[in-house]
Amino acid sequence: MWSILRTLWVTFRHVFNKRVTVLYPEKKRQLPARWRGRIVLTRDPDGEERCVACHLCSSVCPVACIALQAGIDEKGRRRPDFFRINFSRCIYCGLCEEACPTFAIQLTPDYEMAEYQRPNLVYEKEDLLISGTGKYPGYNFYRVSGMEISGKGKGEAENERPPVDVRSLMP
Amino acid sequence: MSAVGIAVLVIICVLVGALLLSAGMIWFERRLLGAFQERYGPNRAGWFGVLQVVADMLKIFTKENWIPPFAEKAVFVIAPSIIMITTLASFAVIPIAPAILVTDIDVGLLFFLAMSSFAVYSVALAGWASNSKYSLLGSIRAVGQMVSYEVFMGLSLMGVVLQAGSFSLKDIVAAQKGLWFVVPQFVGFVVFFIAGLAETRRIPFDLPEAESELVAGYHTEYSGFKFAMFYVGEYIGITLISMMIVTLFFGGWRGPGLPPIIWFLLKTLAFIAFFILVRAALPRPRYDQLLSFGWKLMLPLALVNLAVTGAVVLAVGR
Repeated sequence: MWSILRTLWVTFRHVFNKRVTVLYPEKKRQLPARWRGRIVLTRDPDGEERCVACHLCSSVCPVACIALQAGIDEKGRRRPDFFRINFSRCIYCGLCEEACPTFAIQLTPDYEMAEYQRPNLVYEKEDLLISGTGKYPGYNFYRVSGMEISGKGKGEAENERPPVDVRSLMP
Repeated sequence: MSAVGIAVLVIICVLVGALLLSAGMIWFERRLLGAFQERYGPNRAGWFGVLQVVADMLKIFTKENWIPPFAEKAVFVIAPSIIMITTLASFAVIPIAPAILVTDIDVGLLFFLAMSSFAVYSVALAGWASNSKYSLLGSIRAVGQMVSYEVFMGLSLMGVVLQAGSFSLKDIVAAQKGLWFVVPQFVGFVVFFIAGLAETRRIPFDLPEAESELVAGYHTEYSGFKFAMFYVGEYIGITLISMMIVTLFFGGWRGPGLPPIIWFLLKTLAFIAFFILVRAALPRPRYDQLLSFGWKLMLPLALVNLAVTGAVVLAVGR
C-alpha cells in the first residue's frame, strides 16, 4: 500500500524534470567528431581524384553496397570508370574508409539523406565526389608511393627505395 | 425557447461535450504519459499537438473495416456499439451544472450502475464473436474481473446513498452543500476508484487487453471504425468514472468563485489526470491476485464501510 503511493508520487515528480527529448528538426545534436555518416570521395591537394580503383572498399563492404569499374585514364593512371554506392543498403560501418589505401573514400558527419524514392539513394561518382581533401589535407598518394615516368621505373630515382615485392615472404 | 428545445440542446451539448472530452483524452493521455516519462509526447500537429486527435481519427477511419472470415459476423459488428451506447447513455444522469442535466431520474445511480454492467456484454461478446484464442482469453478475464468488481462498486456507493438519502444524483450533489462526501466516505471513495479502474479496464487492471500477454485481448481482431469504438469507448468510460467520482464524492459542480460548469470540468480533468498517473506508475497484477484482491479485501472493506455508515446514520441521523 505504502509502496504504491510512493510509486505514484515518484512518477508524478518526473513531470517537473527536464525533458530528455531533443526536438530534432529544430534542435540538432552535437555529433561526435568521428561520426560515420554519408560517404564521400575526396580529391588530393592538386585537385585530382584520389581513388585508384583498387576494389578494396567494395570487397570489404559487408553489405556489398559499393560497385565500381576500374579504368585507365589518358595519363596511364588507374581511375574508376564508375563508382556507385547504394545508400539504401549501406550500414555506415566505416570499413571502406579503413580499407582505402589512398584516403579517397571517407565518411562524413551528415546523416540527413532521407528520400521518397528508393532509387534516389543510389549515388553515382559525381554525387560522391567532393572538391576538397576531407580529413587528410596534405596527403597525396602518388607523392608517397612514387610513380613511373618515361625513363624511370618506380623507386629508381635518387633518395628512393625500390618498392616492396608483395609476392615475397621476406621482410 | 420551448422546454423541449432546451432539453434537446442540453442533450446535444452533453453528448458532443462527452465525445470531445473523450477524444481530447487521446491527446491528453499521451502528453501526460510523456511528461511522466520525461519526454514531450505528440507536439507537432497544431497548438501543442492538439490536432493529433484529428490526425488519429482520420487515420483510424480510413483503415480497412475488416471482419475476419472466422468471426460470428452479426455479433462481431454489434459488440463494439454496445459499449459506446451504454457509456454514453450514462452521461444522461450526471448533473454537470445546476441547469445542465439531461434527465433527473429517481434512480440515477442505479441507472449508471446498470449501464456500466451492460458494458461487460460488449467485451464478452466481442471476444466470443472474434473466434480467436487471444480474444476469448481476454473476454474470459474481462467477464471474471468485471463481474467481481461490479459487486463492491455498487456496495461502495451505498454509503453515499445512505448519507444523501436518495439515489438521484442531483439530490446527492445537493446533500454535499456543507461537506463533500469524500471526507465521511473516504473508504467508499477509495473502493469506488479502484472499482472504476477495473470497470474501465485501465492499467493496472487491464488484464482483458494486456498487450504483453494477449496481443490486444478482446479487440485483437478489430480494425477501423469498430476498433475506434472500443478505443474511444475506453476513454469515454474514464471520463464517465471521473465525472461520477466528482459528482458522488467531490461535491459535483460546487466550488467557490468560478461558474459551476468550470468547477465540474476542472475536477473531472484532475481525476482523468490521476487515472493517467496511475497508468504511468503501476504494474499489472496477476489474474488470481486481481480476483483475490477484489473478493478478499475490497468486498469486505465496502461491506464494513456500509455497515459503519448505516450504524452512524441510524444513531446520529444524517
